[in-house]
Amino acid sequence: MKRLRAIFLAPARTINFVLFLAPMAIVLAYSLLSRGVYGGVERPWTFESYTRLIDPLYGGILLRSFWISVLSTGVCLVLGFPMALFIARSGARRNLYLNLVMLPFWTSFLVRTYAWMFLLRDTGLINTVLQSLGIIHEPLPLLYNDGAVILGLVYGYLPFMILPLYTTLERLDKSLLEASADLGATPFVTLTRIIIPLSAPGIRAGSILVFITCLGAYLTPDLLGGSKTVMIGNVIQNQFTSARDWPFGAAASLALMALVMVMLLVVLRRDKEQML
Amino acid sequence: MKQRALGFYAVLVYAFLHVPLLVLAVFSFNSSKFTVWKGFSLDWYKAAFHDAGLVEAAVNSLIIATVASLLATIAGTLCAYGLWKRSAPILSNSLYLSLVTPEIVTGISLLALFQWMFRFLKIQLGMHTVILAHIAFTLAYVVIVVMARLRTFDPALEEAAMDLGATEWQAFRQVTLPSILPGVLAAGLLAFTVSIDDYVITSLVAGVDSETLPMVIFQMARRGVSPVVNAISTLIVIALGGLILLSERIQR
Amino acid sequence: MESVLELREVSKHYPTHRAVDGVSLSIERGSLYGLLGPSGCGKTTTLRLIAGFDDPTSGDILLNGSSLVPLKPYQRNVNTVFQSYALFPHMSVRANIEFGLKRKGITDLDARVRRVVDLVQLNGKESRLPAELSGGEKQRVALARSLVLEPEVLLLDEPLSALDPNLRKQVRTELKDVQRRTGITFVIVTHDQEEALSLCDRIAVMHQGKVEQIGTPEDIYLRPRTRFVAEFLGAMNWFNGIGVRPESTRMTRSAAAASSVQAIVESSMFLGHCVQVRARTKEGAVAIAEIPRTGNHFVPGDSVDVSWDHNDQIEVV
Repeated sequence: MKRLRAIFLAPARTINFVLFLAPMAIVLAYSLLSRGVYGGVERPWTFESYTRLIDPLYGGILLRSFWISVLSTGVCLVLGFPMALFIARSGARRNLYLNLVMLPFWTSFLVRTYAWMFLLRDTGLINTVLQSLGIIHEPLPLLYNDGAVILGLVYGYLPFMILPLYTTLERLDKSLLEASADLGATPFVTLTRIIIPLSAPGIRAGSILVFITCLGAYLTPDLLGGSKTVMIGNVIQNQFTSARDWPFGAAASLALMALVMVMLLVVLRRDKEQML
Repeated sequence: MKQRALGFYAVLVYAFLHVPLLVLAVFSFNSSKFTVWKGFSLDWYKAAFHDAGLVEAAVNSLIIATVASLLATIAGTLCAYGLWKRSAPILSNSLYLSLVTPEIVTGISLLALFQWMFRFLKIQLGMHTVILAHIAFTLAYVVIVVMARLRTFDPALEEAAMDLGATEWQAFRQVTLPSILPGVLAAGLLAFTVSIDDYVITSLVAGVDSETLPMVIFQMARRGVSPVVNAISTLIVIALGGLILLSERIQR
Repeated sequence: MESVLELREVSKHYPTHRAVDGVSLSIERGSLYGLLGPSGCGKTTTLRLIAGFDDPTSGDILLNGSSLVPLKPYQRNVNTVFQSYALFPHMSVRANIEFGLKRKGITDLDARVRRVVDLVQLNGKESRLPAELSGGEKQRVALARSLVLEPEVLLLDEPLSALDPNLRKQVRTELKDVQRRTGITFVIVTHDQEEALSLCDRIAVMHQGKVEQIGTPEDIYLRPRTRFVAEFLGAMNWFNGIGVRPESTRMTRSAAAASSVQAIVESSMFLGHCVQVRARTKEGAVAIAEIPRTGNHFVPGDSVDVSWDHNDQIEVV
């Protein structure tokens, strides 16, 4: 019994070790080395890459990534909560309605981001329509700004918010709502005093999921933000490609990982089963 | 809150989620290359199929996704079964961690690994490194989906099989595996869709001969909007949507 | 008396508790043996130790005199009927029954399957899937699947608990009939005393991982050795350490029998086949009597004498 289990776990253990844990260890080592003359890394060991993270240029990008992620998460929560409530109350059609949310989520993230380029750019659908209607004469600068990035992130990760919210709302005991009404609460009071407090685990789970995904975003800021809206993900990518500063890219990666893990641990300690 | 008001709101959110893709699909049939409707045509689809680079990238993507999802499904199913028998906290936490690691970090860590390996084993970036990377990041998806299925599986069935004379392996092969097969297939399809859609990790570990479809689309999109991209995008959405619906069906 | 299965000081200890604690049993070949006790008493764990799903912490389990402990479940000539039946959902009735035969490399599948299908009356249902069967039919498939292997001992874990109450009595009779016809030793785990009393030749009553008493149904019902056994097998009145079952308790308005106790009636309840009268003695003990509905009629406040035959009184340690 024990031998069979060990054999079964072996491939996954190997893959996880060689292709996840070992690469992370290499990144850790790189982050503590110096930048090589022709790219790559060389000795001596140093903390310099980490101190550069708080350099105003990169510190600013970190801060901007943080705010963009906070705003996107907030918008997702405001948009997603009523949606989750609607689905949870739809009786037999719940699965259909939930699938309608999840379906675009599973179809190509790249294509969905590209769809917004198609809509937002100067010669895109929105500007073309507005111009042909005579509402505007010059195209509006819809693409390549923070707003476009937040829009793309919300569009991309709204289902990450709706799914855990739906899970907690669906489990909510209906008799609690009836009891609340029976005791004289208006629907608004029931919502704010009963439904929202009881769905707190879902709110936390959804918010953390959206937030950490936004924080690590690369594709959305690259395509919708252009060179103006750069986030940590783009900085990391740049260090490993054109800038050829691997130690700094490695340090930024680990800083990002650390943020993600801290966030997760905070939520995991409170709602273990919700996340796993 | 009244369900009717919520319903009205829900229509708006569904529109937000679906209309951009619908508009994209509609304009892929536009005969003009500008964003003004000039009439129906399949020109952009023809152009896409005649673009040798695109076709080659699509073939690459299919090979990579098929091989990677197949191997990840085998390793992930065996792993889920092993974890179901008895938990292994280090391994399962490490798998969860790999799932929440930002793609860009996964990508550069794998790039660093491969670069480091090149020094000792003279191999280059290419199809094989992409496949390895895809196995690595789809594994956790498979484990989670198969595990969910195993949670609904009655352990007494396995005990019954052994009670009737089956060895551990025979019990797994003849009783457990057939029972969880829908979950395994769904996990495989999920791994396939996640793999075929990946851009961030792939672009970092791909070599010159292993450009994938998302990589080509990304480069075209960066250069500007093109009706050819609209056409490929539409095909991708339909194909992946179909696969996801199929996997939903299987899981029931 | 020849014992087929023997447990010697078997224990199963967990870090937090002792599920089975020094259990010794000797089970006679061809008998219907019951392990009776409340949930958590260790009876199911004992069964799992015999089947080989768990390993004992100490002690030995002998089948025909040789130890089962080193053997895997699939190497033991002992089979189990699971509480949930554990029928393989993707296999037909026939495939379920053949499963064990194929593992053992037995060739005359058809004849064996036909015999056991006749025995449990599943004719015509061989190609159905478990999901297409009624509760009673599932139970019979589970039974057939194990019986076809002709085990030395068949273990049944709460075999009737998943059935609806109306069906239980019928299936109980069928089960006893099948045991008599095959002559296979049955070990039945149950928490239902009526089930154990009506089915079994011998019963071991378990409590907190230990065996409280072993005996025939009459022994343990009429001559319980401990207060736990006495109360677990049925309601009991206690008068100064002497136990009397409600159906043996009489209530009269005047002094009658030798052993009598005075009490005041508190309530009287019509139960259909009898009237249950509840009274309180001067010492404060509760006395419950089931008296014929044609007899005396009592109302709360009546003074009564409570009496019983000496033969019916139970003394425990």
